[in-house]
This record gives sequence, structure tokens and C-alpha cells, in this order.
Amino acid sequence: MATTAVVGHGHPPTTTGLDHRKIAIWAFIGSECMLFTSLISTYLIYKGRSVNGPFPHEVCNPPQCPTVMQPILNIPVTSVSTFVLLMSSLAMVLALAAVENKDKPGWAGTGWWGRTLASSRVWLMATAILGATFLGFQAYEFTSFVHEGLTIRKNLFGSSFFTLTGFHGAHVTVGVLWLLTLFAIDVRRGLGPKDALLVDISALYWHFVDVVWIAIFTLVYLIR
Amino acid sequence: MATAAAAPSLPHAGYTEPTGIWSWLTTVDHKRIGALYLWTSLTWFCVGGLEAVMIRAQLQGPNGRLVSAETYNQLFTMHGTTMVFLVIMPLSAAFFNLLIPLQIGARDVAFPRLNAFSYWVYLFGSLFMNASWLIRQAPDGGWFGYTPLTTLPFSQNLNIDFWMLGLQILGVSSLAAGFNFITTIINMRAPGMHFMRMPIFTWMAFIVQFLLVLAFPVITIALVFLQFDRFFGTTFYLTTAGGDPLLWQHLFWIFGHPEVYILILPAFGLVSEVLPTFSRKPLFGYPVMVYSGMLIAFLGFGVWAHHMFAVGMGPIADTLFAVTTMLIGIPTGVKIFNWIFTMWGGDLRFTVAMKFAIALVGLFTIGGISGVMHASPPADLQQTDTYFIVAHFHYVLFGGSMMGLFAGVYYYFPKLTGRLLSEKIGNWHFWLAFVGMNLTFMPMHWSGLVGMPRRTWVYDSGQGLEPFNLMSSIGAYIQAVSVIIFAYNVWVSRRRGGIAGNDPWGAPTLEWSIPSPPPDYNFAVVPTVTSRYPLWDRKSPELTREVPHTREGERAINVDIAGKHVGHVDHAIGNPPGGAVSSERIRTAKELGIPMPNPTIKPLFVALWMTLMFASLILIHKGKQPMAIAGIITFALAMTLTLYSWLLTPLEDEH
Amino acid sequence: MAHETHDTGHGGHGHVDHASLGEVHEHPTWHQYKWVALILTVITVVEVWVYYIPSFVASRLFVPALLIMSAVKFAIVVMFYMHLKYDHKLFRALFTGPLIIAIATMVVLLFLFGHLVIRAG
Repeated sequence: MATTAVVGHGHPPTTTGLDHRKIAIWAFIGSECMLFTSLISTYLIYKGRSVNGPFPHEVCNPPQCPTVMQPILNIPVTSVSTFVLLMSSLAMVLALAAVENKDKPGWAGTGWWGRTLASSRVWLMATAILGATFLGFQAYEFTSFVHEGLTIRKNLFGSSFFTLTGFHGAHVTVGVLWLLTLFAIDVRRGLGPKDALLVDISALYWHFVDVVWIAIFTLVYLIR
Repeated sequence: MATAAAAPSLPHAGYTEPTGIWSWLTTVDHKRIGALYLWTSLTWFCVGGLEAVMIRAQLQGPNGRLVSAETYNQLFTMHGTTMVFLVIMPLSAAFFNLLIPLQIGARDVAFPRLNAFSYWVYLFGSLFMNASWLIRQAPDGGWFGYTPLTTLPFSQNLNIDFWMLGLQILGVSSLAAGFNFITTIINMRAPGMHFMRMPIFTWMAFIVQFLLVLAFPVITIALVFLQFDRFFGTTFYLTTAGGDPLLWQHLFWIFGHPEVYILILPAFGLVSEVLPTFSRKPLFGYPVMVYSGMLIAFLGFGVWAHHMFAVGMGPIADTLFAVTTMLIGIPTGVKIFNWIFTMWGGDLRFTVAMKFAIALVGLFTIGGISGVMHASPPADLQQTDTYFIVAHFHYVLFGGSMMGLFAGVYYYFPKLTGRLLSEKIGNWHFWLAFVGMNLTFMPMHWSGLVGMPRRTWVYDSGQGLEPFNLMSSIGAYIQAVSVIIFAYNVWVSRRRGGIAGNDPWGAPTLEWSIPSPPPDYNFAVVPTVTSRYPLWDRKSPELTREVPHTREGERAINVDIAGKHVGHVDHAIGNPPGGAVSSERIRTAKELGIPMPNPTIKPLFVALWMTLMFASLILIHKGKQPMAIAGIITFALAMTLTLYSWLLTPLEDEH
Repeated sequence: MAHETHDTGHGGHGHVDHASLGEVHEHPTWHQYKWVALILTVITVVEVWVYYIPSFVASRLFVPALLIMSAVKFAIVVMFYMHLKYDHKLFRALFTGPLIIAIATMVVLLFLFGHLVIRAG
């Protein structure tokens, strides 16, 4: 989006005309690809190798389980949380657009929807709330799994599943805190086009976290 | 360049450089951070060397009883871990810090505070890991920490906890630095400094940063799995639960192989700076040197299982990895030839730096040859876990990395400190190191092939191993003497070394156009670059006639940003074109109107809280879970708050 | 920044001139974002739908179909939401390089642990 070179202010312009932080966040995202690849690969490697249950997609029978246990992954609920996270990316993109166009009142139209679209505060908070909702779903899922007998140490599935989704959830948490910080700054002094880069970077992080979940949802939940 | 009896003083800066410990604790200046990395890593070099000397003393004769088996395990584990993570990597980082901004014509790195943070994390992480010696529970599972040995059932004490937490902490340092330097090199090059005009050191450093940010996440996860197994009872590496200890090996070596290229490429870069200068010739085959570096890095991600030929992966996997491993020898070998052709027909000056650089070329070749021998799985089945492998990696890491890094030390010490290291003492250092190194590691090829296994604290007599081990041990003692001589050289030259001036060597690259030591802003005027050898263009144009240039006679250089022409600058390089010693007063940043970042203690504290946060986990194994949790939460909170304060504070004053 | 707003009815892009940098840079409007969100939702619905078709799950198309669908979602989010499609080529390099290495590493690991088997003949 709006990328301004760091010109003037006694500093030489950047070689590419791009801001340092934007380059750094993409390098960081590249690095995170390897982090999540290691986690996902381990999950896939250990798929089907748990010695005892509960299992993700299959029924668990004695003696691997004390009693017959149903497959533990809840696809309908997780589909909803996946949708929530996807919508949060939409909210994020709208937040960025609102910040970039702050200096053009009426850019999105003059009705109530146009005014809503133009409010960065609305969309920053919406993203944070949707992200927090996703985390709520995760918390629900984790506690219900534990209740059904799947802990992180129960078997390979538990270990690899909780570690993978836990790391992802931790990343979402950091993102939510980041968004709330931006919201607070917006409330205090307002965010305008000159802050577009800051919001852009947080957006890139947020979308990446969403994209990782797209991979996890398919590879962990849907593929049996 | 001879040392004067009455020590001449350095040209005075117009201001006094801040002194005192607080200025060092709060520095965000890449040159000072580089100096911190340099002295810290050289100190750990002595510690790792001491561990090596003790190993060699134990193995000097058969059935040695200098140390116990357990202590021996700790010694070789810490020797390896120290040399890899606390010496070679940070020594390379010292050069990244010192050189990258200077070589590309920048005033600092992209994120100066993050840069300081990387150093403090390294320092605290290294202290944490070595604190284990105080309770005699230093890591003892090898530098590679194979499971299941390092899992809780087989390692109940704190040794492995120190190791895995220490490495986790150190990883953060490298990752942060990686993002910093990637951004710096992409985004802070001076006008005219196209990618294919960058010094080879900066190129190799650039490639290494990508290796770092892509490889370290993998070992991070491998360590997380081990930590979760040991602290929280997960089953990642537990066979009874269906876990596979080989998972550790794969994840470790997916990191570990790029890691060895991380260890060697900076040294290759330094050699590529030193050889042209002391051959008075441009580097032979510059583009090939760049592309081969890229190819090594890329292929380096596809060879990892050659460390695992003996685990039974099957013929297809073995063959594939053998092929990729042999392939990677090609770009590496090409570099050797390019260095030789650089020297061929050149006007050679055998300074100490040059000697170390040439030593790398020869000794790394030897190490590379034994490496290619390991690439064949059937051959490797005989060689693996013997001293033949020990010989290989010491030739490439000592004969390669350390020799290259020492070349860099002798070459760049004048730029950092303003004084030259003594050539006379340096020669003693070099020859003793060279002889000692070969005496230590050449015999290991034989003892390895005769069957002496690695990591064993004693060997029995009558197996034909005594002569080799005796030679190795004597070689180690000679090396120790060489290090003492080097330390003496540093000590003496700091005070009484010859004054270096801007460019004591007649070198071609930008860092030699500014005073030694450089002022905090590096370049008074951002230089405009006309070719790969900007200083030779100016001072010795006959040397660079064959090198691509900005058009002959062109005075103005276009400045393009993102493809759009925004202006042009006149042909000028940097600063007061001083002679050997500039009599001009070096002006302050303020006088020149250059905004400088403010020093700050926050990076140090974020590093400290982070280290303590990880360290708290150790309490779990002391039976103090509540305290561990309290520690983690407290330090995580402290870290977050300090980090917020850091991020919300602007880097510089408003201007 | 000149910026054409609202719904032109045919998914038009806003055109922005960053004159000071000569950067010609299109960025999507609410209209385009709406479509992106819709497509992502539809694909997700299809993914979950096929999960509940036992004959499809049992077939050899199941895994490739899911992989392709999620890859499309991945690409759409990256190209449009993270606007990799419109941004400087540098970012494309910074992302696709590591992505290729990551995917290759995962595939090789799966081979090594016996999860992907080449059936010859």
C-alpha cells in the first residue's frame, strides 16, 4: 500500500524506496514458514502412529482406550472458527484501507455504511474481536479435549496437535495484542495515512497467521 | 607500519567518544556492537580451547585418567557447542556488524536497537549455558544432542536442560540479527552500490542471513519438542508412545547442515576481501563467486541426511542425499580455483592476514576432500563415528572458518581500533597455529580409519592408536601457545601498534575510505559508488580497467528509487580524502547535521528478562514448579513492558 | 493521492498515483475485498461439504482436492489481502523462496518417514 521512502529528515533515501520495516516483516514471515513447516511436518509424520487413543478421526476401542471413544476432532465447530478467522482477515484489510484513506472524507460513500467503512477504529477492533473469538473457540476446543481424555502428554496426537495449534494460538494472541495497541493509539492520537505502514505491517502478520490456519485446518482437521 | 617506540596517538576526534561502561551498555552503534561481539567471542574461544586442551590431555596416552568419563562428556559437548555457537558464529557476527554498513556505504544497520539486543542475548545466553559448570552439570549429550540419550529417562540431571534452553536463547539472537542485516543490505546501499558491486564479504553475509532465518526455526521446534518432553511429559521422542528419536536427528540436521554453511561462508567472504588486496588484483570471477555462494546456500538445505547414513534410511534416501552432497562440492570447489587465480600473477604481499587467508584455501581443500569421501554412503559407514570425521570437520572449521576469521581479525583490527596488529608477533601466531592445527588433526585421518571411535574418554593400548593421539595432543598444546601469543599481540598492539590511518593496506572497498577508527556516523557524505572497487577507481585505476564501471568520464550518477529517477549526485566518495593519517579534525555528527540514534539500555533489559524467563524453566526439574511458573510469568511480563517502552520510543530525536 | 471510490459496478480498481515515487500502485476497493471474502467462504464451505461425502473421502481424489482448495485459499489471501500481487517484486522473492524450501523440506520429510510412497509400475 502506501509506501513512502524515508526521504529527507537528514537520512539518505532507502535503496529500494521501501520502508525497512516492511522488508523486515516479509523476511520474518519467510522465517515463520519454516517454523510452522516443522510443526506441521511433525504432526503429519506422527499421524496414525499414536499407540493409544483418543484419535482425531477414528473411533478408539479398548484396549487402546478404557471405553469406546468417538473421534475427537469437531469439524463443524472448527469450521465456524475457521470462518471467523477468515472474516477477521477481511476486517483487517478494511482497517488498513480506512487508515490509508483518512485524509479523504467520504471516500467510501456518505451513508452509514460508508462512514462505517471509513472508521479505522471499527475495523481494528473488529479484527481484534474476531481474533479473540477464534481464540475463544480454541480454548473451548482445548478444554473439551482435555475433558475427553486427550492431554498434551496422552499420546503422539495430543503432543503434536496441542503443540502445533498452541503455537498458532500464541501467534494469534500476539496479533490480538498488537491490534489492541493500534486501536489504543488510534483512540489517543488518531491513525492517519502517515501511519499506514504500521497498520500494513500488522496486517501482513495477521494475514499470515490466517494463512497458516488455512493449512492447519486442511492438513489436521479435514484430511484423514 | 612498524610499531613506534613512543606510541603515536590517534588523530583526535573533534569530540570525545563516550567512554565508560554505561556507554557500552547502552550503545546502538554497529561498530561498538561489533567490538563487543569480537572480544566476547575471542574470550569464549579461549574457554573452548581450554576444553579442547583438557580433552587432548586426557587422550594423550592410553587409559588416561585425567578426567572422569562424565567430565569428558561435558568437555567435548561444551567444546563443540562453545566453538560453534559461542565462537565462530559470534565472531562472524562481529564482522557483519563492523563491516556491512561500512562496505555498503551506510551509517548504521536498519534496526540499531535490535542489533544491540542480539548482542546482549548472545552474552546472557552464553553465560547461562556456562553457568552449568558451576554446579558441575554442564551439557553432556554432544553438541548435537541426539535423542533418546537426551530425553529424561536417560539424562535426569540438569545438563541437557542447560543445553536446550541455552541454545533456544542463542537462537533468538541469530534470528533477530538475520532480519536486521537482510533489511540493511537490501535497503541501505549507497547510490551506485548495485548488488553486483557489493564486496564479496557483504554478499556472503547476505546469503548467511537467509540461511540463519530459515534454519533456526527448525532447531527451535526440535528444541521445543525436547523441552516439552523433558518438562511437560510429551512423547515426541519417546519410543514407547510410538515416537521416533530419528525425528530429532532429521530436524536437527535440517538446521545443522545450513548451519555449517553459516559457519564457513563469512570466512570465505573475508578471504575474498583479503586476497585481492594483497595480490593487488581484482577478485577472479566475481559473479561466479556470488552465484556459487547462492547455490551452496540453496543446495545446503537438501543434503542434511548425509549426517544420517548409518541410521538405515534405505537405499533411495541414501542415494539421493549422496548425490546432492556431491553436487554441493562443485560450487565450493569453484571458489577455491577463483581464489588461486586471484593470486596468480598478482603482486603478492605476505602479511599475516594474507597468510591466514592462504591457509584457509589450502586447509579447507583438505577438509573438503575428506568431506567428499563421506558423501558416499558405503564409504561413510566405515568413517562415521570415527576420528576420520573429527579430522574432516576440524579441517573445515578450524582450517577453514577460524583461519579465515583470523585473517579478518588481522585485516580489520586496524579499521576497528586505529592501530595495526604486530606483524612480527602475528607471524609467530600464524605459524604456531598452522603447525599446531595440522599436527593435531592430520593424524586423526589415520586413527579414524584404523577405527578409533569418537566421543570415547579412553582407548586401550596396543591398538596402534598411541602415536596418532600423542601427535594430536602435542599439536593441541602448540595451538594453545599460539593463542597466548595472539592474546599478547592484541594486548601490545592496542597500546603501541602502528597507527593505521584510513587505508593501511591499499584496499579497494568503501570501508577504507574513512578514518580508523571511524566516526560514529561512518560517512560524512554518503558515497557514490562507481564500480566494485571504488577506492582503486580513485587511487589505482590501472587495477580496475577490466572491471565494469559507471561510464567513463561520467560525473553524475543517477539515483533511482523503485525504478523511478529522482535525481543525481556528483562523483564523490565519502569523506575528506585523507592520506595515511588525516590531519583534518574529524567533525561531529551534530556539526555535520547527521541525526544519530539515541543510546538506550532497553535492549539489554529485554534480553535479560528473556534469558531469565527461559532460565526459570530449569526450576521445574529442581522440583519447584510454582517458582518456575512465577518466574516465567514475571519475566515475560517484564520483557513485554520493556519491549513496549522500546517500541514506543523513537529511535532518534525529532529533527 | 487520486483515488476513485465506490462501486463502479464492474469490480473496477482504484488507481493511486504515488507521484513522489513514481510508484504506480493499484489497490483493491471494498468491492474487490468483498469478492475475495466471498470466494474464501465458498471454498471453505466446499471443503467441509466434501468431508462429509464418504464415497469422495474414500476416493483417491479426496486428498489432492483438499490440497488444491486450500492452496487456492492460501494464494488468494497472500496475493490480495497481503497484496503480494501488487507490491514490489522484492516481497515476492522474500516470500516464495522460503515457501519453496519449506514445502520441499516437508515433502522430503514425509518421504523419509514413509508417509509418501512412490509406487512404481
